[in-house]
Amino acid sequence: MTRPPRPYMKCNLCGGLAIIRMPQHRLNLCEEHFDQWVLKMVQRAIERHSMFRPHERVLVAVSGGKDSLALWDILTRLGYQTEGVYIHLGITHEDYSDVSQAQVEAFAVERGLSYQVVDVGATYGQTVPDLRNTGRGKHLCAVCGLVKRHVMNRIAYEGGYDAIATGHQLDDEAAILLQNTLHWRAGYLQRQGPVLPSTHPRLARKVKPLCTLYERETAAYALMRGIEFVEQECPYAVRATSIFIKHILNQLENRSPGTKRQFYDGLVRGRASGELVFSAPDIDDEPALAPDDYQTCPRCGQPTLSPGLCAFCRLWEPAP
Amino acid sequence: METARITYRKRVLEVAAGMTVYSAIEKMGIDPSTVIAVRAKRVVNEQTILEAGDELKLVNVISGG
Repeated sequence: MTRPPRPYMKCNLCGGLAIIRMPQHRLNLCEEHFDQWVLKMVQRAIERHSMFRPHERVLVAVSGGKDSLALWDILTRLGYQTEGVYIHLGITHEDYSDVSQAQVEAFAVERGLSYQVVDVGATYGQTVPDLRNTGRGKHLCAVCGLVKRHVMNRIAYEGGYDAIATGHQLDDEAAILLQNTLHWRAGYLQRQGPVLPSTHPRLARKVKPLCTLYERETAAYALMRGIEFVEQECPYAVRATSIFIKHILNQLENRSPGTKRQFYDGLVRGRASGELVFSAPDIDDEPALAPDDYQTCPRCGQPTLSPGLCAFCRLWEPAP
Repeated sequence: METARITYRKRVLEVAAGMTVYSAIEKMGIDPSTVIAVRAKRVVNEQTILEAGDELKLVNVISGG
């Protein structure tokens, strides 16, 4: 059971009215100090994990949700060179993809930020939900992830970006970590972290600057900054395992504040120190090997470990 | 009885004025750590006392993907 808040929730820094309570940090903050704290946390994560430097160009993957738009806002305020990419997946249920795109465009236009839209249906002939009917798209969330990673890699390569930034926050990372641990997916456990280095000229470095913030904090930041975002959940993710896992982690967190943070930090620190080592065959669509280990997909030109078509291009083939 | 109105997704609940935001969230059967409360477009803390006529919106903070 969550411990009820104490009366008169004051900012620990100025004594003013706090808007947020962060038991894992034993910290209550007012609007002004929470804003400063968020910027400081993100800047610290960028520097600590050598995500990117001020002269580098960062492609921000934006979905129209709270996390990615908060991330874009924060990176812009910190003075980084950013451009956005929105991937239109073709989800028509309650106009989800169209509404999300409109939200991204409104955000960018209002701030004078540049962005591009990749329409999966128009570019590749089928939308992500269409792939469900091909026999290759039974696990739609996995397919969606594969499509997004392929498109992000392509756009980053073609545009000469140094890094791709995504809005994954600590709750996302802790949920992924728990799922990977429950299934002992050693390859994923070895790769998961705030930075996935570039291992091939066509695979950009991937970074997660919000990895030290709880999901609740990115939401509070977005709301406090007046960022309009899509509150509706992706219709295909409503019963997603990741949401169930997040609720379980929140129960642990409510009982013992800081659990999620310790869980994820333990992985990052343990791997960095060499205390934790996982070894397993690499993952097909985004392996972490040296450039010479890759083959080239004859259709799209992106690197792949498998001979022949890469995992993305195989999606569009007739089912076996 | 003077009341405040709370909305969460498509649910609407009228609660007695004088209740804290935290208590109101629990009354809706929601884990308070999974939502942010917003009143008049401003984030409010869990200890805020609801006043008669308040319109409070709870924003879900858990997303999948």
